[in-house]
Amino acid sequence: MTRLTPFNIVSLTLGFAFLYIPMLVLVVYSFNSSKLVTVWAGFSTKWYGELFRNEAFLEAAWVTVKVGFFSSTLATILGTMAAYTLVRRARFPGRTLFSGMIYAPLVMPEVITGLSLLLLFIAIGLDRGVLTIVLAHTTFSMCYVSVVVSSRLVTFNQSLEEAALDLGCTPFEAFRAVTLPIILPAVAAGWLLAFTLSLDDLVIASFTAGPSATTLPIKVFSSVRLGVSPEINALSTIIIGLVTIGVVTASLVSKRAISRRAAEERAAET
Amino acid sequence: MSAEFAPWDEPDAVPLIKVENVTKRFGSFTAIDHIDIDIFPREFFALLGPSGCGKTTLMRMLAGFETPSEGRITIGGDDMAGVAPNKRPVNMMFQSYALFPHLSLWDNIAFGLKREGMEKDKIAARVEEMLKLVQLGKFAKRKPHQISGGQRQRVALARSLAKAPKLLLLDEPLGALDKKLRQETQFELMDIQERTGTTFVIVTHDQEEAMTVASRVAVMDHGKLIQVDTPQKIYEEPNSVYVADFIGDVNLVEGRATAVGEAAEFVWGEGQPSLVGMPGGGVQADRAATFAIRPEKIAISRDEPEARNRVHGKIIDIGYLGNLSTYHVQLPTGAMLTCEVGNRSRVARRDFTWEDEVWLSWTETAGMVLPS
Amino acid sequence: MKRVFTAIPYLWLLGLFLVPFLIVLKISLSDAAIAIPPYMPTLDLSEGWAGLTSFLSELDMENFVFLTEDDLYWKAYLSSLKIAVLSTLLTLAVGLPIAYGMARAPEDWRPTLMMLVILPFWTSFLIRVYAWMGILSNEGLLNQLLISIGLISDPLVILNTNTAVYIGIVYTYLPFMILPIYASLERMDPSLLEAAEDLGCSRLTAFWIVTLPLARPGVIAGCFLVFIPAMGEFVIPSLLGGSSTLMIGKVLWEEFFSNRDWPVAGAVAIILLLILIVPIVLFQRQQAKAEAGH
Repeated sequence: MTRLTPFNIVSLTLGFAFLYIPMLVLVVYSFNSSKLVTVWAGFSTKWYGELFRNEAFLEAAWVTVKVGFFSSTLATILGTMAAYTLVRRARFPGRTLFSGMIYAPLVMPEVITGLSLLLLFIAIGLDRGVLTIVLAHTTFSMCYVSVVVSSRLVTFNQSLEEAALDLGCTPFEAFRAVTLPIILPAVAAGWLLAFTLSLDDLVIASFTAGPSATTLPIKVFSSVRLGVSPEINALSTIIIGLVTIGVVTASLVSKRAISRRAAEERAAET
Repeated sequence: MSAEFAPWDEPDAVPLIKVENVTKRFGSFTAIDHIDIDIFPREFFALLGPSGCGKTTLMRMLAGFETPSEGRITIGGDDMAGVAPNKRPVNMMFQSYALFPHLSLWDNIAFGLKREGMEKDKIAARVEEMLKLVQLGKFAKRKPHQISGGQRQRVALARSLAKAPKLLLLDEPLGALDKKLRQETQFELMDIQERTGTTFVIVTHDQEEAMTVASRVAVMDHGKLIQVDTPQKIYEEPNSVYVADFIGDVNLVEGRATAVGEAAEFVWGEGQPSLVGMPGGGVQADRAATFAIRPEKIAISRDEPEARNRVHGKIIDIGYLGNLSTYHVQLPTGAMLTCEVGNRSRVARRDFTWEDEVWLSWTETAGMVLPS
Repeated sequence: MKRVFTAIPYLWLLGLFLVPFLIVLKISLSDAAIAIPPYMPTLDLSEGWAGLTSFLSELDMENFVFLTEDDLYWKAYLSSLKIAVLSTLLTLAVGLPIAYGMARAPEDWRPTLMMLVILPFWTSFLIRVYAWMGILSNEGLLNQLLISIGLISDPLVILNTNTAVYIGIVYTYLPFMILPIYASLERMDPSLLEAAEDLGCSRLTAFWIVTLPLARPGVIAGCFLVFIPAMGEFVIPSLLGGSSTLMIGKVLWEEFFSNRDWPVAGAVAIILLLILIVPIVLFQRQQAKAEAGH
């Protein structure tokens, strides 16, 4: 299907305009010198300065990164194990419950996940803080990791593992020497996804964070509730910029890797 | 294959592998149904059959990836029950080759040696030796996707031979290669087998491949062993209609055996003369039987020949295949027989053409009378 | 090794997913109390069996009865349902032409288009919702634009209304609609459309009777992926909606944080989940069917 009709062109143009104009507006107005975010008063980077002088924001950002790092690392380990179980073990007691618990958090409303985890932490008397947010984020993002990793494992040729066993590996050595290196890109993608989800989460963090720990989304939320603020625009621009660089780089790298590989394969056959 | 290599005929020979009364079920499906096989050291043994006949399951049980539901497998005298794949003196070459995509060819071949805890310089020497064996020395640093399909096949072979296993299992080793490369590789495989002295068990659905490489062929169907014999016997003396039909082309005629002794007499079709062939598969007199005759054993002539077995018919179709021509001849009963004639001279001298009335004939030992 | 790989995530999920959920269930059956924690009864295992039975006997359905009596709650459920359904349909209407255009685009554009759809998903959800606050407010960009081209003379009130909530949901969940539809359209063999046209279909008829049925699995998946989270949405109604915007996620949040009535919040959560179970089960069945089809 490579004939773009005028209708296709119009819908693609309008569609992508709809997706990107709001973000573009944020970026443009983050350089507005006026405090009134909707009136353009000339170019300025002063809001970035304000942002970096705002201790509370910096503190929240640090907490967020810490939570994101620990929870996504834990979630990657647990999610990879879960994916391996889901794909490689057809039968074990409680499999239905297990796969149910992997998929349920993906569709569970965040308010319910947050509420239930908070009630657990209170019931066992765990003080709310960084630790509780990490536990909460690990729990829901491990499910995303396991979905990402298991979709890679499904296409993984199982005879590679059998070959490793055949050549003298124990099952764990086979996993470490063969399976893990091959699925590593998916594991890394899972980690990134978990990290992003953690950085982005407002609802679950609000339930599970105590007064001692405030994450960036909580801080942003409480400040934008009162209305649009130029500092938040500056923060948004930084985030949009980082994500754009990351996503574009990742897709360029993978595109180059794919075409180089294709070229090598062609060269090998001739 | 040297003429004297036939350990299966020697009563004192000790088999390397004994498969004793082995059955494998997956749920209610029986993949392997009470199989007994002895495979001897230095044999090149082929498991042949259509897909789903159980040959791969049998091989995976030898490798340790499946466990028998019943029966016993011993290798070199040791019972293999409960022995994990990584503890068996067996290596396998996978159908997909299963080369580790993240490792170079060198590291792929060294993989099993490193697990043994072999010294570094010994590993290097062994890997070099294996690379030389399969003539891939200059590609040692490449990754599997940087070499061709045929080269990958040889790496897989080198990797599985590196640990010098007593037994090498090959799962459709040539299935992914194109026809020309496959034929070349068959001889290479036989050469390597002979030089290393390893016992090879190959699984294949390609009867030509099995016939070419193997010292003995086991024909399987629906989880059962139908016949285990040398390629020549499988072809010339099939024990059943199934084997005769599975291996090569064959004409099959339905009828009855009338007398069975040194030779068997066979009657069929109203008004048709009886035929004589070799009895096989325990065929009994006065029972329904099938006469099996290979197309290349049938002679075609315009005049009535002297031969014991002769039938008269009309040419319906001619196929010119270059090296030979096939004639499809319809008999008065409506049955069709195919005969093949080699084209020895280059000038196409059309002896026969469509609608010609011809005689087909063959000797008394050319055909087989088999139970239907 | 396999057992360890199963046991660790299994235990984690039991402890941090299933047990918390059971606690919610239990608290929804308890009574509010001025205490810490603010509900009754609490299970005291030191009293053994007697403690358990007296604990069980004090649980009741009072909170659920309360939810049916106060029309705030069922109005909130109904309004969430209405908003979720309508915004799902709107997202479909916006997303389908985009996905269709992407699938028809030249092959070497497609990875880039895919990336452009996925990129917003990686940026913060909160920020994407926030972006609309500046656009939709009374003195916001949209009103400035409409006034300057003379289409309206007084600013439209959009922010803090349900309209803003619809816009927010369509905007933030659009990638979830586009991607599955695109995935099913992209697999489609282009010669099918040529065959349809060859057999006498107009291009529009071919779209209706060939393309759309083939895109159905993607459309269904996309609708579920938008509907399910929209139903429990909290951020969008609280930032873009007004005081009259009733959504159950917001109600639950307020019940918990402002009123500190945990048992009622628990009951609200349980009922929300019961409402969502039907589409979730339908969705998983659809996914399983689609997987089996390949």
